[in-house]
Amino acid sequence: MDQNDNIDETKMLRDIEGRLGVFGRERGSLIPILQMIQEKYQYLPKGALEIVGRHLEIPSAEVFGVATFYNQFRFHPPGRHPIKVCLGTACHVRGGDIILENFERKLEIKEGETTPDQEFSIEKVACIGCCALAPVALVGETVHGGMAPSKVEGLVLRIEVEKEMRQRAGKKEQDG
Amino acid sequence: MIFINVDEKKISCEEGRTLLDVCLENGIYIPNLCHVKGMQTPPASCRMCMVAIDGEKKPAMACTTRVRENMTVMTDTPEIRHLQRTALRLLLSVHDIDCKNCSANKHCELQNLSRFLKVGLKAAPYATLLKETAIDRTHPCLDYYPNRCLLCGKCIHVCRQKNGQSVFTFARRGFKTVISTFGFDNPDVFCGECLACVEICPVGALVVRKDAVNSNQKEEDT
Repeated sequence: MDQNDNIDETKMLRDIEGRLGVFGRERGSLIPILQMIQEKYQYLPKGALEIVGRHLEIPSAEVFGVATFYNQFRFHPPGRHPIKVCLGTACHVRGGDIILENFERKLEIKEGETTPDQEFSIEKVACIGCCALAPVALVGETVHGGMAPSKVEGLVLRIEVEKEMRQRAGKKEQDG
Repeated sequence: MIFINVDEKKISCEEGRTLLDVCLENGIYIPNLCHVKGMQTPPASCRMCMVAIDGEKKPAMACTTRVRENMTVMTDTPEIRHLQRTALRLLLSVHDIDCKNCSANKHCELQNLSRFLKVGLKAAPYATLLKETAIDRTHPCLDYYPNRCLLCGKCIHVCRQKNGQSVFTFARRGFKTVISTFGFDNPDVFCGECLACVEICPVGALVVRKDAVNSNQKEEDT
């Protein structure tokens, strides 16, 4: 698995390197380049920041500094079920941060990270646009309104159970 | 040559220099943390070097103010000292005040300032807000203590001055801001010998790791 990841990453970095040609080498290109990489791969791999630094002839530490300043950039690939917890004004008032904390504790990762099995990732967002349902969390594309700490466990469990059922069904088909 | 008036003392100086540089050279102490002598574009981030300038409504930062002919400056008014004390207390509220176990104990700028401004070494009346990471050991030979760091940026400045580009940078934002070295991939900088950043750090945020061998040897196993 690890080896596969490495091969994928090398391929990805080579692809990124190829795409840098259209960007100028001035400092102003930095953010457009980072946006391009994130659009393509949904996150900024560590190696990519080094490549970008080399392209613009600035230390990769500086690339990292700029990238971490903006909320739009992420450093872990999103999971198969990205969880977005709303911390907009209405959700904040109704305890969105507690919901976030519960997801973090349940999945044992921090906001901005992805579980080791790549199933879940947690992200905080500013406003989903349905403040009447506050506090809100998005799991994949599904909106879950009126979130409560007690619902977090059930949500995660349901996804895990569904996954297991799918796997079993797949196995049965293979066997039968 | 022009003349300015600081705390009722007449000082002659070159035009265009910063007020802070001129005052410090003439033995008038203005508290400062993020200033390096001769800096062209000071970050003015520590908010300590406030002074009152005659004819200006607001207090000014001495590090970004250029001297002008016949400028009258007061560095020791109750209002200025009050603002400086507040700035210092805010810095202390995000500082891990554990002087006994800090390598900068007794030669720490925060300790000096607290003595000068008569502010106790505690966060009160503000709540203490510390970062989760106590020590960042990603650099091959330096330990970084985020909760001691004032984010003055002097380490970035001296590194850039000495080595052309800096291995350090500000990363993240707001209360989470830290100094980061990220990958430390710059073969032109030999951290093991330079250590200008450790020297200039006003507190003990950058410390040479005890078991550190030559940084370039160690780089291979990271």
